[in-house]
Amino acid sequence: MKAETIKAEVAHLNKSFGSNKVLLDMNFKIREGENLVVLGKSGSGKSVLIKCLIGLIEPDEGEIFLLGENVQDLEREALNILRKKVGFLFQSAALYDSKTVKENLEFHLRGSKTKSKEEIDQLVLEALQNVGLEEAIDKMPSELSGGMKKRVGLARALMLKPELILYDEPTTGLDPITSKEISRLILDVQKKYNTASIIITHDIECARITANRMIILKDGKAFIEGTYKELSESGDEWVSSFFK
Amino acid sequence: MPAEIKSKVKQVEFSENSYLKKAKSFFEEAALVTMFCGRFFKELVKPPYEFAEFIKQAYLVGYKSFPLVATTGFIMGLVLTIQSRPTLATFGAESWLPAMVAVSIVREIGPVITALIFAGKVGSGIGAELASMKVTEQIDAMEVAGINPFKYIVVTRVMAATLMLPILVIAADAIALYGSYIGVNLKGDVSFHLFFLKVFEKLTFADVFPATIKTVFFGFAVGIISCYKGYNSNKGTEGVGLSANSAVVMGSLTIFIMDMIAVQITSLFSK
Repeated sequence: MKAETIKAEVAHLNKSFGSNKVLLDMNFKIREGENLVVLGKSGSGKSVLIKCLIGLIEPDEGEIFLLGENVQDLEREALNILRKKVGFLFQSAALYDSKTVKENLEFHLRGSKTKSKEEIDQLVLEALQNVGLEEAIDKMPSELSGGMKKRVGLARALMLKPELILYDEPTTGLDPITSKEISRLILDVQKKYNTASIIITHDIECARITANRMIILKDGKAFIEGTYKELSESGDEWVSSFFK
Repeated sequence: MPAEIKSKVKQVEFSENSYLKKAKSFFEEAALVTMFCGRFFKELVKPPYEFAEFIKQAYLVGYKSFPLVATTGFIMGLVLTIQSRPTLATFGAESWLPAMVAVSIVREIGPVITALIFAGKVGSGIGAELASMKVTEQIDAMEVAGINPFKYIVVTRVMAATLMLPILVIAADAIALYGSYIGVNLKGDVSFHLFFLKVFEKLTFADVFPATIKTVFFGFAVGIISCYKGYNSNKGTEGVGLSANSAVVMGSLTIFIMDMIAVQITSLFSK
């Protein structure tokens, strides 16, 4: 495997909140075009892990490399530049309440002096077409269903054509049909743009659809790693409980 | 030691501890607000500037607050005139009514009441909005998109509050004086020209200038406190209510404290 294909790397990552050790010696790599699913029970440190990756939470120890750059070494300006190359889909979609869908998408292109108004409009339309929501362009987030919000959140994450996308519980709070639609959308995005994705979830169906590789977290540690098939056939009782 | 005394000692220790804790948390909060102010000034001077968002916030904070401030100002002038008339009439000093009301409104009542109304409307709004943005991860969403949320959200709102409150106070003072004119004419017949002649006969630059300057500080206090409370909100949806509530309480209290200091400074210079 070529070194340049590594899109994210986590080495010996530790994070505690007081006496509560949330992440213990986490290690993993993700390659170009790969979907890595991080599975775990609620409170196992999945969201902390993804927030450490993007620099929203500072780890106690360890190193995080995103697109070849050490996140902890970066100054704020450099970190902001790096963040523009990474898409992030929040658990709650985190759409801006006071802005329309179009404004939500345009907002992440602010300061882009290289793009004209027409180019931005085209990018917005393309991003919404990718998630099948062109008709919602002028709607406010309050007028959208949970599934539509997630799709708009995904469209927003795709606006800057990121090399890496981080998904924080993309199917939480959705019905099984919409969850499947979102999972398939994640897969479509991977195929269309050849992006690397880290998908944090406790939804085994989402993992089945999207994962090229999986890590299951237990007590802040990467307990087991492998493909969906390998893990589902694992003899470990605790691991098998996820697949029942 | 008898059990009764032991329990009394425990009670005293407990209350001492809770006072110490409260004092400690007060000083911690004061330090955090100071640091928040420091960050505000740092981000304020550093480009890029968020002019469009500032104009939007100035519209929301200023223009949208005008009807409430205008109504309050009108009632303030009217009521103050009606209430003061009998006392002045006792001394045969009814002709002083316009001047007395004008000085009271311009120097003290106008700025303080308008600032309190502003703290209630704008402070609670900003506190709740920012707390809600925090809870729904909208602030984090800006952060991960490489946008500086402090500059976009906090700096624009604080600047809007700082610059809009003095304008609202000037408008409220003018409307309050008009209310006073109506109040005077409820039981008398004073022409518009004569009323305002009496008003401006007594009003001096020394009345208007310090009163306007202090409203800049009131506006800044309301903006920075409500932003601080909202931006640092936690405890989920419960935190939204708490942030809005404490933004108003802390903002109003700060207005009174600042007013007390402003009065002392003004009186020092007027001697």
